[in-house]
Amino acid sequence: MSILVKPDTKVIIQGIMGRFGSRHAQLSLAYGTQIVAGVSPGRGGQRFANQVPIFDTVTEAVQQTGATTSAIFVPPPLAADAILEGVSAGLDLVVCITEGIPVKDMIKVKRAMTGKPTLLIGPNCPGIVTPGGSQDSPRGCRIGIGPGYIYRPGSIGVVSRSGTLGYEAVWQLTCRGLGQSTFVGIGGDPVHGISHLDAIKRFAADPETQGIIMIGEIGGTAEEEAAAWIRDNCRKPVVGFVAGSTAPPGRRMGHAGAIISGGQGTAAAKISAFREAGIGVAMTPAEIVDTLVRML
Amino acid sequence: MNLHEYQARQLLDQAGVAQAAWEFCATPEAARDIAARFLGKGATLIAVKAQIHAGGRGRGTFKNGFQGGVRLCRTAEDVYEKARAMLGNVLVTRQTGPEGRLVDKLIIAVAPDIRKEFYLAVLLDRVASRPVVMASTEGGMDIEEVAAQTPDKIIREHIDPAIGMMPYQARKVAIALGLRGNLIAQAVRLLLGVYRTWWECDATLVELNPLCIVKTPDGSEMLQAVDAKLSLDDNALFRHPELLAMRDLAEEAPLEVEASRFNLSYIKLDGNIACLVNGAGLAMATMDVIRHYGGHPANFLDIGGGASREQVAAALEIVLQDASVKGILVNIFGGIMDCDIIANGIVAAARQTARKLPVVIRLEGNNVEAARKTLAESGQAFIYSNSMDDAAQKIVKAVNSP
Repeated sequence: MSILVKPDTKVIIQGIMGRFGSRHAQLSLAYGTQIVAGVSPGRGGQRFANQVPIFDTVTEAVQQTGATTSAIFVPPPLAADAILEGVSAGLDLVVCITEGIPVKDMIKVKRAMTGKPTLLIGPNCPGIVTPGGSQDSPRGCRIGIGPGYIYRPGSIGVVSRSGTLGYEAVWQLTCRGLGQSTFVGIGGDPVHGISHLDAIKRFAADPETQGIIMIGEIGGTAEEEAAAWIRDNCRKPVVGFVAGSTAPPGRRMGHAGAIISGGQGTAAAKISAFREAGIGVAMTPAEIVDTLVRML
Repeated sequence: MNLHEYQARQLLDQAGVAQAAWEFCATPEAARDIAARFLGKGATLIAVKAQIHAGGRGRGTFKNGFQGGVRLCRTAEDVYEKARAMLGNVLVTRQTGPEGRLVDKLIIAVAPDIRKEFYLAVLLDRVASRPVVMASTEGGMDIEEVAAQTPDKIIREHIDPAIGMMPYQARKVAIALGLRGNLIAQAVRLLLGVYRTWWECDATLVELNPLCIVKTPDGSEMLQAVDAKLSLDDNALFRHPELLAMRDLAEEAPLEVEASRFNLSYIKLDGNIACLVNGAGLAMATMDVIRHYGGHPANFLDIGGGASREQVAAALEIVLQDASVKGILVNIFGGIMDCDIIANGIVAAARQTARKLPVVIRLEGNNVEAARKTLAESGQAFIYSNSMDDAAQKIVKAVNSP
């Protein structure tokens, strides 16, 4: 029915008192997400929106509420610390929305997470949404900054590096009457948590997911690695789109990770890996859903 | 952010990385004095190197006709003449574009007696999420070409970020490069210094190309860096005010500098259809779709997820300053962003400008009805669209029709 989060997943917001964190905590609550705690050091004992208890540490929040997942909305200099606090509290999943974290901080975070059970989504990502449909969570679990109204429950898994391009694909699906099992935005940074491949393996194993959309962009080789696995292991239809075929080499295109360097990471290389793997290739975003419908 | 060679060399000096004697200067007179000093200490050949960020300096041409941004001289007078030809003049290389870059600083360095050239770099390995030291015996060559044609000639040593680079790792690289005797100890000191520079400066790349075995006047061999390149992680500049102070705005496109003042991510391209988009992925895809329908994007522009009316207006003013722009495509998926803020920014900028160009607008998301009303009541002749594909086709058509 979904991957990584379910409509009843209990979620903590780290940085709930900040402008950005509080706004999206409100939107997630309105969406029906089980936001069970906020963390804001020094404000333990207060409540957010007269409703959500605030704790000084993530560990306390986990012990008191049974939360398994957190969303991070703290400024970039504090984000590595916030991620590792979530890891040390034994969370299953940490979703880091923060954009602009130094690469070195993320190198340290990844090193420190080696061998730990916690999964990381992001940073610099739109988050994750599993649309609902149950009585407890009519609209589902929204973690991050995605626009809630575009999602419908269904059987298409979407994984995207880009936020707005991911929304574009989700919105097209919804407009065509196709719902989503889960939308995962893995983020645009060069050092990040789960990859396209990690998400696609889970979609492939999820009995409710019947088709997969993978949205990539220039830079790195993560799309090629996912394609190689799909070629050998995935029997579900997969459609891919890669942004940046007109991007000049050597320039960082907004996302820190979106750069063609050393001849690696071109859109052409990724598209040809998709073709070789039997992935349906959309040449424009408008073709994503048409291509998927033909393959279903 | 990129640094000049002289700035990279300063940082490497501080880390104890061996280099042939060098100084930088801004006048031909200072160049002559430095050269005279080096020649007085026994040097026989002096390199004069123009300081611009772009590569290909050696084969570049100045707009005054002078050939080469890197020249070798035997006398201080010759250094003076070469420095006079370079300083205050514009150097065009394969990487600068036809407009070239103004040279206002030079490196004056001892040109050593080079016996062997290597390539050395520290960078991020994205797959491993770790730093990697890359070295090759094919020094002075384009490393991308070496990697493509003879990948076995590239030595890679990953560094555990929790421990840092260990001397045994540096020895391993040195041996693989064929270094023997006391050159191994020199390589350890140099490699650890290069790695430390990468780590402590929050660099994305430190590159020595070439790193050389040179023969000193007394006949012994030494390991020295002969060229250096250093790029920094923009996200980490907040904790390095001393490095941020090294930013040279003259090396960046003026419109890109202006965009960065408004926290907009803008990159100028050579087409004629300007784009204004929210989100980096959608912005790239918008350029791609314009190209797909036969148009040419004039820029990449990501206004971000929470742009204000002022930012949107500034974004439009910036794209309008590009004289080659013949039309504008606005593509917004304002999921959580208020579309009416975007609409107000567009209207404000459209009223300001004297340039009347076709503007195609595609808005989706929050408060879109109010946004459409704002646009419709503005009295401006906007062209509307409900999808990205349709919007791209409309702007390509508008720009191509007479």
